Amino acid sequence: MFLRMRMIMWKEFVQISRDPRLLAVVVVIPLLMLLIYGYAINLDVRDLRLAVYDQDRSPASRALIEVFTESKYFRITHYLEDQRQVTGELDGNRAQLVLIIPPDYSGDLADGRTARVQVLVNGSDSTTAGTGIGYIGALLQQQSARVSLEALAREGVSVTRAALPVDNRIRYWYNAELRSTNFLVPGLVAMILMMLAALLTSVTVVRERERGTIEQLVVSPVQPLELMLGKLIPYVAIAFADVILILLVGVYVFQVPFRGSPWLVLGLSGIFVTAALGIGLLFSTIAPNQQLALLASMLATQLPSVLLSGFIFPISSMPLPLQVFTNVIPARHFIKILRGVIMKGNGPAEIWPSALGLLLFALAMLGLSAARFKKKL
Amino acid sequence: MSIRRIIRLVKKELLQTFRDKRSVGLLLLSPILQLFLFGYAVTTDINHIATAVYDEDRTAASREFVARFTRSGYFIYRQYLTAPEQINEVLDAGKAQMVLHIPPGFAKDLARVREARVQTILDGSDSMTARVIAGYATAVVQQYSGAVMAERLDRLRGMVTRVPAIEGRLRVWYNPDLRSARFMVPAVLCLILLTITVMLTSMSIVKEKELGTLEQLVVTPITPAELMLGKTLPGLLIGMLDMTFVLLVAVLWFRIPVAGSVPLIFLLSALFLMTTLGLGIFISTISKTQHEATLTSFFFILPFIILSGFMFPIENMPRIIQYITYAIPVRYFLEIIRGIFLRGVGLEYLWPQTLALAGFGIGILTLSAARFSKRLG
Repeated sequence: MFLRMRMIMWKEFVQISRDPRLLAVVVVIPLLMLLIYGYAINLDVRDLRLAVYDQDRSPASRALIEVFTESKYFRITHYLEDQRQVTGELDGNRAQLVLIIPPDYSGDLADGRTARVQVLVNGSDSTTAGTGIGYIGALLQQQSARVSLEALAREGVSVTRAALPVDNRIRYWYNAELRSTNFLVPGLVAMILMMLAALLTSVTVVRERERGTIEQLVVSPVQPLELMLGKLIPYVAIAFADVILILLVGVYVFQVPFRGSPWLVLGLSGIFVTAALGIGLLFSTIAPNQQLALLASMLATQLPSVLLSGFIFPISSMPLPLQVFTNVIPARHFIKILRGVIMKGNGPAEIWPSALGLLLFALAMLGLSAARFKKKL
Repeated sequence: MSIRRIIRLVKKELLQTFRDKRSVGLLLLSPILQLFLFGYAVTTDINHIATAVYDEDRTAASREFVARFTRSGYFIYRQYLTAPEQINEVLDAGKAQMVLHIPPGFAKDLARVREARVQTILDGSDSMTARVIAGYATAVVQQYSGAVMAERLDRLRGMVTRVPAIEGRLRVWYNPDLRSARFMVPAVLCLILLTITVMLTSMSIVKEKELGTLEQLVVTPITPAELMLGKTLPGLLIGMLDMTFVLLVAVLWFRIPVAGSVPLIFLLSALFLMTTLGLGIFISTISKTQHEATLTSFFFILPFIILSGFMFPIENMPRIIQYITYAIPVRYFLEIIRGIFLRGVGLEYLWPQTLALAGFGIGILTLSAARFSKRLG
């Protein structure tokens, strides 16, 4: 049995090595994704475009505007002169927020009343808008406290030196500066593996079928499981090389701290890769031609792995049925393991439930595709 | 150029595509799948934050402070900690996303009008969620601080009659309830048009190459221009069909009204399709097999999607990458679609993007058409 399996493996290796574009993809796509995600994607919201319409033009209103110019979260793009410009700023997407200071702003403050400013927010990008609203609320409250305290001090009442009674110190563990790369690179290992697996395997079986070579394999004494394993192992080897490549670049180029055991990551990567390749194989036994095999495995693996795995978007905020569904996405378990081991230094004690889920999935995929293959024959 | 020959070729293509029930399913189901994933899974509104509390103060004031968090509706209590080592345990195991730590003396500090210090410790390994939680926690603490301030000022009312303050009135335009789906669903339109048309076109040409039928087509009276039209028109038709479908689901199911003009969306989509179909033809000229064509499409589509601002705002990217995004046609189409869909604007604001898109379309289409004819002749 091992001899036959080895022969199939060998054949597959030769076919891969004759396909220069495939080899390029295997090396270049992981690096490309690392570069894009490592350098281009920054989840930190800053430099929000703010337009200011100051109808008051007083020292008090200028003091308020200064709070915004000094904050790193906002960049003032325009000073508006006219009410009609306000709509244009937002419609033309030139500004994400507009701050309108009414003409009676300084008068209200001087009389000891509450001055009302208006903030218009372009809500189309709900995430950015939500963050911007938070920032602007905090800045307004700060300035409000300052104005109140100054007024009290003028009256000879000293309350406290501190602007706010409670000081909340926020600390981030495992990722003190909240670097996006620390968060993205571990997840990226799963994404890249998933993508490669789908690309690589979904074509193997279908290619044999389209070229008619599958009949030759069928009449040979090869067993379905031997065929499946023989076809899988070369790709598992390639995927492993990629895991090591990504981790090395992540740690040495992007300076992602690696706190746990690298062996644990590699071992579990093996299980994940088998699961991912198993999905590709399953599709290739179902699809009638390469075109469909590729499209289907892309859709079925890529999108859900990006969106439903917690790679970027938190699972806990999805609707409940979708949350339950994420349990059958292998990338979800793998990403949890990767982040746990790499960022938190987790060991087997913390990650065994996810590892078990992954293992079950891998076995199920292999079994299913072998069974499907047998039936077809 | 013979219209009849083109029509016959288009018919053949459509027949080949739609003969297979599985490919029909894929062409119709994949848009739906993507819509639902992006509509429901992509959300950054975070609720049910698993919180652990380590209250060393154990006073009425500290309990009231803690209760503020539950009442906000975002935080759910999982555990009360009794020793500092437990902070480590709950975060390592992922049992809590946030630990609220109130040191002894909290109530005393408040009573003596000193700054009371509290600490929130967040699991930074998910930096996306951590950032949002930090925002919520800050807001809750600020509200609490504000309430304490107001009480203190009330006690001073005897001495000072009026204390000035600033209040911000917020109005969110275009997406008042800040739904993520409103931002994502229109963008899925771009994604579907891009992937389906590029892949279909490149594969349908390469398939003829692979099967050897391209030579047969070349010896028929069909001119390269006719062949190209015959190969791209089906993509255009299917793209438009999918678009109508997506629009219907967006409006009827997701209840996202189109604020602007629907004919304009179709018109500018056709402009965008010039680019994607041109890209499909180009890929077919540099690929020998369908497998190669898919891999190559992938090289283009992947960076296109990530750098277009589809999920990650371009403003947050480093300056150099921002310049690169100008070379990505999808970027302009996304701005157009979101502009028309959400802000209801027309060409008066979107003309620069439209011009850029037209430039790309004409450029890419003529270049790849020239390359295609040369290859055939």
